[in-house]
Amino acid sequence: MIADSTAQTLGPLFMNPDPDEARAYFRSKSRMKANKLMSLKEAVEKFVHDGDYLAMGGFGTNRTPVAACQEIVRQGRKNMGFAGHTSTHDFQILATGEVFDRVDIASIIGLETRGMSPCARAYMESGRVRICEWTNFSLAARLKAAAMGIPFLPTRNMLGTDTLRQSGAKVVTCPFTGKRLVLQPALYPDVSVIHVHEADIYGNCRIRGITISDDDLAGASRKLIITTERLIPTEEIRSDPALTSIPYYLVDAVCEVPYGAYPTGMPGEYYSDEAHLKEWLTAQGDPAAFASFLKRIIHDCPDHAAYIELAGGIGRIKELRARELMLHKEGIREEL
Amino acid sequence: MKNYNIMELMICVAARELGNGRTAGIGSGAPCAAAMLAQKTLAPHLVIMFESGGIDPLIPEMPVSVGDSRTFHKAVRAGTMFEVMQACSRGMVDYAILGGAQIDLYGNINSTMLGSDYRKPAVRLPGSGGSNDFASLCWRTIIMSVQEKSRFVPTLDFITAPGWLDGGDSRAASGLPADCGPYRVITDMAVMDFEQESKRMRVISINPGCTFDDVQNNCGFELLKARKVFTTKPPTVMELRILREEIDPERTIIGR
Repeated sequence: MIADSTAQTLGPLFMNPDPDEARAYFRSKSRMKANKLMSLKEAVEKFVHDGDYLAMGGFGTNRTPVAACQEIVRQGRKNMGFAGHTSTHDFQILATGEVFDRVDIASIIGLETRGMSPCARAYMESGRVRICEWTNFSLAARLKAAAMGIPFLPTRNMLGTDTLRQSGAKVVTCPFTGKRLVLQPALYPDVSVIHVHEADIYGNCRIRGITISDDDLAGASRKLIITTERLIPTEEIRSDPALTSIPYYLVDAVCEVPYGAYPTGMPGEYYSDEAHLKEWLTAQGDPAAFASFLKRIIHDCPDHAAYIELAGGIGRIKELRARELMLHKEGIREEL
Repeated sequence: MKNYNIMELMICVAARELGNGRTAGIGSGAPCAAAMLAQKTLAPHLVIMFESGGIDPLIPEMPVSVGDSRTFHKAVRAGTMFEVMQACSRGMVDYAILGGAQIDLYGNINSTMLGSDYRKPAVRLPGSGGSNDFASLCWRTIIMSVQEKSRFVPTLDFITAPGWLDGGDSRAASGLPADCGPYRVITDMAVMDFEQESKRMRVISINPGCTFDDVQNNCGFELLKARKVFTTKPPTVMELRILREEIDPERTIIGR
């Protein structure tokens, strides 16, 4: 138990919170309004490297950049750091490829009301992954600090707990009030992927619904890959600038990947595919079956479009769209 | 014969604790069902907040995920995690409803790992998520759990989210915000609060069909007993109807 302001924390800091190091990088980041369109395969080849620290947008099984996770696994990335900010299906996919070997944890392994991922749990219990504990607020604050270009943000969570002790945060006394504060160190991921509803070729993005931490994640990341449900003209972006969630200058690659969050949900577009997520869980019961399942849906698929075809194609997407829009409540499509 | 199961009972009891016009930080599953039931019974103006950013949604059906589109359906705002958490920090969120793998006599919660060595856990669990944040910053934490010796333990393997820490004034001394902390523990056997001075868990109400001994025998530490112990009011016909027909017709939560 932490009882005084000399509180020692034990967790490793995987990334340097130094704002000047970050500024030096961001000084060199291009501000050109260039066409950043490329395939997801190309974007991962170009911007996601072995050993990099990776973060994924979305939250739980919502707006999760699944296509990007599967491409990273397909390309066999290793030794990456990872931000587990209520990371569910993305974590499970990356764990199958043993892509990361160090994780900042807010919430991992769990699949919310569906249970827990056996493959993710087995990898985390293997002793081969270095870990540091945080909370959802702490990771959100760490990304905000990075986006602000300051070395930390103070918060009042975590005090008195083992979560604090196994974190990399620091406890200080407030110079104004004398209260104890927890300093959440800035987290600048090397590379992140965010899946959005609409983007133009320069990377101006629109997200419908909750943004979770993706506004700050976009600002905090050195390199940012956008996967988008659809491309829209810049003129459309300029017609209502208040709708822009992420401005172009934060973005390095724009990849048009329809259904790029499938089988997780995309607000207003399609609901999570609960049957397919269950198939993921059941397949894990038998190692041989799971290996052939992964081979079929990830390794042998050239891209996300091929995966969607395997998973039921447009027919399945139509069902998930009806589910998302709650058309079953209007008495049609009873089978949903 | 009881006409309800333990999940239905816990959800109904939790729903009654949520005051009208108050704000609640809510996760998926049973806490969400309890908050939805409260809105359809005693607390129509209960404001639900999801840590993923949904504020005051009109939830059309049980969300599967804490961030799915149901969590901001017809909400007053679809915002960010940081803004919901800063509302908690500012003191504007009244309730949190939490669960965990282990709970101790001061209402501390473990959802991180089981085993004696953090570096080599016997079982790795998801971690805090927003649990530590809600438990640290919301005014009243309500804990929901099945009453089992393996869950109600004298010492946690890991303190993920703070309860009253070591009891007494240790929570305030840790630097956590003043005057907030665990408020109720709702199990399938009883309802507990925390004795004011020691902050030890105390039985205030026993569920129909159970005795104090049942509760104590399914708890790994000694429970205090309030001077007057009530019998928990069982779920009403109306509560059960709303829960079964309107909130969880597919029985994804109450069928567990």
